[in-house]
Amino acid sequence: MMGGTRWYRILALLCLLGGGLLGGSPLVMAQHATGSDVFSGEQAFQNSCANCHGKTGNQIANVDLGHGVFRKPYSDADLTDIVMKGIPGTPMPATPSMSREQAVQIVAYLRSRALVKDAGAGGDAARGKALFAGKGQCLTCHRVNGEGSRLGPDLSKIGLLRNSAQLAVSLLDPGSEVQPTNRTYRITTKGGQRVTGRLLNHDAYSVQLLDEQEQLRSFMRADLRDEGFAPSPMPSVRGALSDQEVADLVQYLTSLRGVSPP
Amino acid sequence: MNARLLPLCALLLAAMPAMAQVTAEQLLAPGSQPDNWLSYSHDYSNQRHSPLTQINTRNVDKLKLQWVWQAHSLEKFEATPLVVNGVLYTVQAPNDVVALDAVTGRIFWTYSHQPSPARTCCGRVNRGLAIVGDTLFMGTVDAHLLAIDAKSGTLLWNAVVADAAAQYSITMPPLVVKDKVYIGTAGGDLGVRGFIAAYDVKTGRQVWKFYTIPAPGEPGNDTWTGDSWQKGGAAVWNNGAYDASANLVYFGTGNPAPDWDGRTRLGDNLYSDSVVALDADTGKLKWHYQFTPHDELDYDSTQVPVLADIPWQGKPRKVMLWANRNGLMYVLDRLTGEFLLGKPYVEVNWMDGFDAKGRPHRAPGIVPTPQGTLVRPHVHGAINWAPPAYSPRTGLFYVAHWEHSGIMAIEGQFPQSVGINARQTTMGDVTLEPFLNNDDEARGVIRAYDPATLKPKWEYKLGNITWGGVLSTAGDVVFSGGKDGYFVALDAKGGKLLWKAALGGQVNAGAMTYAVNGKQYVAIAAGAALFTFALP
Repeated sequence: MMGGTRWYRILALLCLLGGGLLGGSPLVMAQHATGSDVFSGEQAFQNSCANCHGKTGNQIANVDLGHGVFRKPYSDADLTDIVMKGIPGTPMPATPSMSREQAVQIVAYLRSRALVKDAGAGGDAARGKALFAGKGQCLTCHRVNGEGSRLGPDLSKIGLLRNSAQLAVSLLDPGSEVQPTNRTYRITTKGGQRVTGRLLNHDAYSVQLLDEQEQLRSFMRADLRDEGFAPSPMPSVRGALSDQEVADLVQYLTSLRGVSPP
Repeated sequence: MNARLLPLCALLLAAMPAMAQVTAEQLLAPGSQPDNWLSYSHDYSNQRHSPLTQINTRNVDKLKLQWVWQAHSLEKFEATPLVVNGVLYTVQAPNDVVALDAVTGRIFWTYSHQPSPARTCCGRVNRGLAIVGDTLFMGTVDAHLLAIDAKSGTLLWNAVVADAAAQYSITMPPLVVKDKVYIGTAGGDLGVRGFIAAYDVKTGRQVWKFYTIPAPGEPGNDTWTGDSWQKGGAAVWNNGAYDASANLVYFGTGNPAPDWDGRTRLGDNLYSDSVVALDADTGKLKWHYQFTPHDELDYDSTQVPVLADIPWQGKPRKVMLWANRNGLMYVLDRLTGEFLLGKPYVEVNWMDGFDAKGRPHRAPGIVPTPQGTLVRPHVHGAINWAPPAYSPRTGLFYVAHWEHSGIMAIEGQFPQSVGINARQTTMGDVTLEPFLNNDDEARGVIRAYDPATLKPKWEYKLGNITWGGVLSTAGDVVFSGGKDGYFVALDAKGGKLLWKAALGGQVNAGAMTYAVNGKQYVAIAAGAALFTFALP
């Protein structure tokens, strides 16, 4: 059971973001890839592939791995084999030391990059800012430089923490990776009070949240009837925003670099 | 997407406003927030008096430890926490802001400021925070003023108050009044030019700046010789007070520099060792009173001003009570600055009386000399920065201070302590040390004074000197502690010891009290930890 307030928040989000979870097309990325896979794949790519392909994968003519441009269409399995075995007769070498798991993660990373190809390119930060505060209703849950809600992550310096590809993934597939500091937690007290919020801390005896009314709350576990993690309330913008609007939003988010001296 | 739902969504969201935690009006009316502790010394009067009564003289001996929070720091823990609606905010030295559950001590969030290299005279410490709305304010040892979101611990703005490379640092709690936050700096011993500045709470933009040393052409600059005014100290490094009826903010100023040699800065050295009353909106000086003209003994006057409305010669009067580092206690009219009364409250040999306007008469020969001169009180003072308390219930002014302290003042050098245990009269530390003083050597005492006469009503002797402040409650209990690591509860009317706790580290801060869900707590920092007590 969710508290009434939480329902209102989720309902509002769905309204404001155009019902992306209800009517949008399903997310397509490397099969079963998790945020952790993508992260590990990026690490492996930078360690093993970037030396020839470049940091963003576009250093070889006619190949732009970061934007899904290969010499011909490949399946995930094809790409995994290429990463491990190379392409005979070309400079692409085999990498015998690479495990299949690592290769799969690299493919997941490349697919995630391709998924958001051009997401930030062509975007306009000023339009993105207007979208953030307006149609996107992002301030309903997020905060930038003291404005907006504290329910979701503060995005004041998100441009320092995430690149455009990662930001686009967060917009299109927000559930793919949720930082531990941003997870949603739900408790019900023995008295029947239901509270949902961002989990800030917990131990064997107590739980600390920032609740939906933006109040810092602490509960003794002995006083709770049930508790647990709840799904991220962040809906996908897919279907709610056009590709251009997503690009605008990504451009705006990448411009957020924290507070500057007054 | 059902567009008809949009207005409904907007209404639902509008019905759930996030309330600001502390309004400017609440800061002006602390009586409306009895459970909270909203500023460094509870409220603008700095009385450090809480209206809470659950813990009182009849039951204080039942106090039990509730929780301890250990700081990741071995700096002195000088901060007094704030408590707002069950959330306790404090500072882990040098500049980490921590939000704790006031009932369990568990962490909600931590904000860490990494200071740039900065020199401080007396430790990389911090004495606390200020709050208005949902914004906390902290000064940093590298002389920045930060605004931090109280709900999430997110930095809102970061203003450079002064140049840390020029020896400026900040250890004081900011003061917030209405839409401004006031801050000064330390560094007076290192030759800065002191000031107090006001910043807009929303934007962090400086609104005004008052230099505590006048520039050439300004009244008072002629109290400095040559260009000594440029590096004359007079730093503001402790919390101020505010009188809403007069719209005045009050701050004490530090010693002139160089500290122990006045030959290069002949004159009174205004406004060092003074209290300045400034228009809260404009920073314009309304009045000042100088406690120690031409100080050569390092008698900073950065004690927190305590404002009280008391009967004075048969009529109510708005006064300011001040227990000064120079060994003298004062009653001033806080609207005009008029000197009403001044007396030594410890052994004092540097002066031997006041003129009609309250200017102290210097005792001949009690100045630093090449061979050394015995001066009382000690260079660290009869009291240093630790905050006193005043109870409107008992009408008594409570001060934790030093007795029997003196120094050997040597021209141009840091004075040498005297006595067999001289080392132990130095700056506070974190850990406990053996105490070997004779009865007639420096030691701590908590004493209650009648503001009408400045005569002591009672005293409680501590085992060692003290850098701890005092807390008064409407339960008629006075809390304090000292370098011996004890936290004590005394009867506010008679000074009788009612309860004590050995905390295993020096008490270098003022205690505070708050309530959550009807339960009263008392919190005190000692060693490197914060301890919280309540009734079972």
